[in-house]
Amino acid sequence: MLLKLTCLVPLFPLLGSIINGFFGLRIGKNAVGIIACGSMALSFLTSILIFVGFLMLPEGQHVFEQAVWTWFGAGDFSVDFGFQIDPLTLIMMFVVSGVGFIIHVYAIGYMHEEYSFYRFFAYFNLFASAMLVLVMGNNFLIMFIGWEGVGCCSYFLIGYYFEKKSACDAGTKAFVVNRVGDFAFLLAVMYIFNVFGTIDFTEVMHAAPEKLVYAGEAVTLITFFLFVGATGKSAQIPLYTWLPDAMEGPTPVSALIHAATMVTAGVYMIVRCSALFNLAPMTMMIVAGTGAATAIMAATIGMTQFDIKRVLAYSTVSQIGYMIMACGVGAYTAAIFHLVTHAFFKACLFLGSGSVIHGIHGEQDMRKMGGLKNYMPVTYWTFLVSTLAIAGIPPLSGFFSKDEVLYHALMDGNIIFWGMGIGAALLTAFYMFRLVFMTFHGESRVDPSVHPHESPKVMTMPLVILAGLATVGGILGIPLFHGWHILHNWLEPVLHFDLANALQHSEHMLHEAGKHAPSWAHLLNPKEHNLWLEVFLMAFSACVAVTGIVAAYIFYIKRPDLPEKFTKGQWGFELVQNKYGVDELYDGVFVKPTVEASHLLWKEVDAKAIDGTVIGTAKSVGWLSKQAQAFQSGFVRNYALFIAVGFISLLLIMF
Amino acid sequence: MFEDSVPLAHYLTLSAVLFVIGIVGVLVRRNVIVVFMSIEIMLNAVNISLIAFDHYLNLSNGQIFSFMVMCVAAAEVSVGLAIIIALHRNKPTVNLDEFNLLKW
Repeated sequence: MLLKLTCLVPLFPLLGSIINGFFGLRIGKNAVGIIACGSMALSFLTSILIFVGFLMLPEGQHVFEQAVWTWFGAGDFSVDFGFQIDPLTLIMMFVVSGVGFIIHVYAIGYMHEEYSFYRFFAYFNLFASAMLVLVMGNNFLIMFIGWEGVGCCSYFLIGYYFEKKSACDAGTKAFVVNRVGDFAFLLAVMYIFNVFGTIDFTEVMHAAPEKLVYAGEAVTLITFFLFVGATGKSAQIPLYTWLPDAMEGPTPVSALIHAATMVTAGVYMIVRCSALFNLAPMTMMIVAGTGAATAIMAATIGMTQFDIKRVLAYSTVSQIGYMIMACGVGAYTAAIFHLVTHAFFKACLFLGSGSVIHGIHGEQDMRKMGGLKNYMPVTYWTFLVSTLAIAGIPPLSGFFSKDEVLYHALMDGNIIFWGMGIGAALLTAFYMFRLVFMTFHGESRVDPSVHPHESPKVMTMPLVILAGLATVGGILGIPLFHGWHILHNWLEPVLHFDLANALQHSEHMLHEAGKHAPSWAHLLNPKEHNLWLEVFLMAFSACVAVTGIVAAYIFYIKRPDLPEKFTKGQWGFELVQNKYGVDELYDGVFVKPTVEASHLLWKEVDAKAIDGTVIGTAKSVGWLSKQAQAFQSGFVRNYALFIAVGFISLLLIMF
Repeated sequence: MFEDSVPLAHYLTLSAVLFVIGIVGVLVRRNVIVVFMSIEIMLNAVNISLIAFDHYLNLSNGQIFSFMVMCVAAAEVSVGLAIIIALHRNKPTVNLDEFNLLKW
């Protein structure tokens, strides 16, 4: 059976990583590239086979689980090292292995001049493997392995240029900030085990409506901790600060890890645990609010940055904010839809920016670009397509996914979320076209000694493929005909949730505990899918996108003097450009006190108190020995005297 | 019986006096040979008391035991003299206080 191949999917990249890591220097760059890309291709092909196998499953079966071995057991608690295949996992597998493969190919071209080519690909493959474990694990702990694995690889790859201080710092920052979220995630897993006695996804999600009270304390805390975990990995307020700094890594890393896959792990995890989140309206409110706030805040910062990759980084934070907001209003399908389309167009944008950086020899400042359209046409056109997609211009993929998120924000959330979402959409269109205009249009501000050139085929082909995917990706979720939404139907078995049943259980549990159950009847009114409203919203958001683009056109093509005029000396602008001072705030509140306290512990407690005790003990023993040394005079007659005196005193004592 | 005309206390006193002479000799003399002789005196002081007890208690254990002591003393003398010769080869002196190399 084809599904038996499941465990091979993460195994291929792992093997590739091991081979490249240990023998990479000896086998040469070509072989390293072939092994790295080949393992990803094999992984992708295996995913297709598994997909076919999944389609052949008997009617009504939507999950396939494969326990490879029992990882550990204690009492009646045992954890399988197991994988599960369900519709959600399949989507993530395709994104990770498919987009991953494309970016691996691109990286061959981009990293070709590097000496530690093999090291890069060893980490890169290891990352892909860990990410696949994350999305394929059948329980929370396996997910956690992947969760930590991707964090670790992210650290390795951000710090790839380890001789650069800023890269090392950025890696450390990413790792430490992620740890905050990881800790919360672990707390949630422990709480889940405490409540359910198991950490298997299927069992937990199945038992959730029966064991947890709707809006009760337990489920609220569990989901809250899970969400804090997600904010770490998915770079949401308050833990988003690591992502922009993570741009110190090579560009393919930014594309794969910090745009397409790893940072969406939080979204995936929330969708995976949707059965829990559905029971916790308060957490959902926090989730949606955080997502919306992050979306708009990151977008405003993105408008003011000049580093091409940083703009894209803030854009990523903002777009993930959309996904989180969609999760928060219960529109999980929309979140996954946006995740997939975002993976396409954002990967393409990052790779495009990498191509630009490559073409002008490592320059990342947009003020030193401009007019590159003619030098690198393929990069320009693919970049433009992806930019249109992220801005939300129909009929590109981003339009449909973003629109669905906004529609649900309005229908299942409230008008504030929608307003923030549409505001962020306007800003997105503006800053993305600001980027395009500053980079590709207008006068060239490139250093005259640099001759821009188009990148080699191995880099442009991935761009073309990703741009193609960004164009047609919307097919997955064209919403016009109700019941035709491919992604929605596909994910239905995973996301199916019987709220009425859950509420009944909760009431029952509250009654048994002798408590009064509040009335939840209003929650059960089904909301109609309002076709006309959706069409209207679509038209509206398309107009908003166009407005943003036109504004960017006026500011950066027609009247290039305007931005200067508007921003000069404005404290508001400077505040935004300094990223609202959040980094400084965290630095002052968390980092500095920690460093100083550590310094104090080091200098005073460790060096003086602890070392002092140890050394003092040794010294006093030495001093005592010195005193005792006097007895050992070396004169035999002295010893004889001691013997005699001892003997006599013994006699005296005895008699 | 004229044998009994010498009381036990005299023997024991002699033994004690010899023993103390031996101890003092070990403690105060520096000459290795003299120290060695003092040790022999101590051993023989003990022999005297052993035989005296043996006689007054009408036992034969004490005599056997004193033979034992003599045998051991003979063996000890050979070993001891050998050590003294070895010492003398390393350092041409018989002064005990100069043999203090083993202390730290």
